[in-house]
Amino acid sequence: MTILPPHHLDLAGHRRRNGVVPWVAYHGEDGRDRLIEAVAAADLRGRGGAGFPTAVKLRSARAPRSVVVANGCEGDPLSHKDAALLTLSPHLVLDGLQLAAHAVGAGEAVLCVHAGSPVLPSVFAALAERDDPVPVRVEEIPRRYVASEETALVHYLTSGDARPLGKSPRPDERGVRGRPTLVDNVETLAQLALVILLGPQHYLSARRDLVTVTGVVRRPGVVEVAPGAPLTAVLAAAGGETEPVQAVLVGGYGGTWTSDFRFGVSGIPAVYALPARACGLEYTAKVLAFLAAESARQCGPCMFGLPAIAADFAELLRGGPSTARLARRLPPLTGRGACAHPDGAARLAASALQVFGADLAAHSAGGRCRILERVA
Amino acid sequence: MKVTVDPIGCRAHGLCADLLPEAVRLDEWGYPVVASGPVPPGLVAEARRAVAACPALALRLRKD
Ligand code: SF4
Ligand code: SF4
Repeated sequence: MTILPPHHLDLAGHRRRNGVVPWVAYHGEDGRDRLIEAVAAADLRGRGGAGFPTAVKLRSARAPRSVVVANGCEGDPLSHKDAALLTLSPHLVLDGLQLAAHAVGAGEAVLCVHAGSPVLPSVFAALAERDDPVPVRVEEIPRRYVASEETALVHYLTSGDARPLGKSPRPDERGVRGRPTLVDNVETLAQLALVILLGPQHYLSARRDLVTVTGVVRRPGVVEVAPGAPLTAVLAAAGGETEPVQAVLVGGYGGTWTSDFRFGVSGIPAVYALPARACGLEYTAKVLAFLAAESARQCGPCMFGLPAIAADFAELLRGGPSTARLARRLPPLTGRGACAHPDGAARLAASALQVFGADLAAHSAGGRCRILERVA
Repeated sequence: MKVTVDPIGCRAHGLCADLLPEAVRLDEWGYPVVASGPVPPGLVAEARRAVAACPALALRLRKD
């Protein structure tokens, strides 16, 4: 099984390749139960990063007049898998969205993408070809990193403000305009459609995850890998390394550096392969500065903590003694924001300090790097 | 019972750390870091008082 076709599929092409949703088998209230059972049997988990069981989410959002939201706002600059999906196989996502809407009994479906996103033409072309029972509205969300967070989307759809709302109430209790709301990443919905099109048994044996691979690989882009595949296999799927790789950033900007290539990749949207000739601290400092600038500035630990650790990294690069301060600052950043944004930044920073020991020593000894050649 | 902070509501007034130093300390920017464990029974009344005193209504006491 491959999820992504080589070029954009129109409705007829999609049906030829992926088949037609067997709606009659899921008719009515019993049908909804069977649909959710099938999703549970396939052990489908959210592909937006959190890895939460989709069937559990479907069950808890089941309510009259609920809303289903497809999250196609890919905030992470290292991830393009959702864009690839919406460009090449929009009908697979839309089939999944209709199935999810049916499963929870929603009368309203919203597909969210970033404002001005290049996927819009493909999405509108696909919608024009369909005659769906639940009408799908496309919403263009402001291009911010945290706007793609689940509660931020719900907040935006209700009030036009794309900042995260915090941990309670959860969207499945009170979401868009106060209604129970199911928010699923677009890849999750495409996978859901495949569960139903293939049947859970076949799906389980053929399952592939989408991962964006960038950095020094021969064919950077979106690849399909078996869940839990080791990093070596993920890099190989992108054509393999073009030069020695020092470490891999697993999970995008809020992810973890590792130099263990046996590391199993599961539920990860993106990996980036850093060449040996690049400085890991410098790359991390750039990412931290980006993450600090993307804070929604609502929560103190995020609003002050992220710029502080970004500045600590900038100081490390100049040979300053900020490692002790980082060791003190990083642990209390986790779990104290209304969303997981600061947790991701803290994770990234902590893993960089662990993995780039050689760079760290070089900087603190000489105020500069062992690396003389810059990598763009 | 557990002390929690609503991170969006909190305005770093710091009162909570004065009233309940056993369970709340402030980070370097004045925002509370709360103990993760349950509030000891002897402190529950104090904790209630601190919750009521938070000017931003950001400090909460939650059954765990
Ligand atoms: S943790 Fe940061 S990004 Fe998340 S809601 Fe608070 S301020 Fe915004
Ligand atoms: S008293 Fe309230 S506003 Fe002040 S620091 Fe404590 S929780 Fe935040």
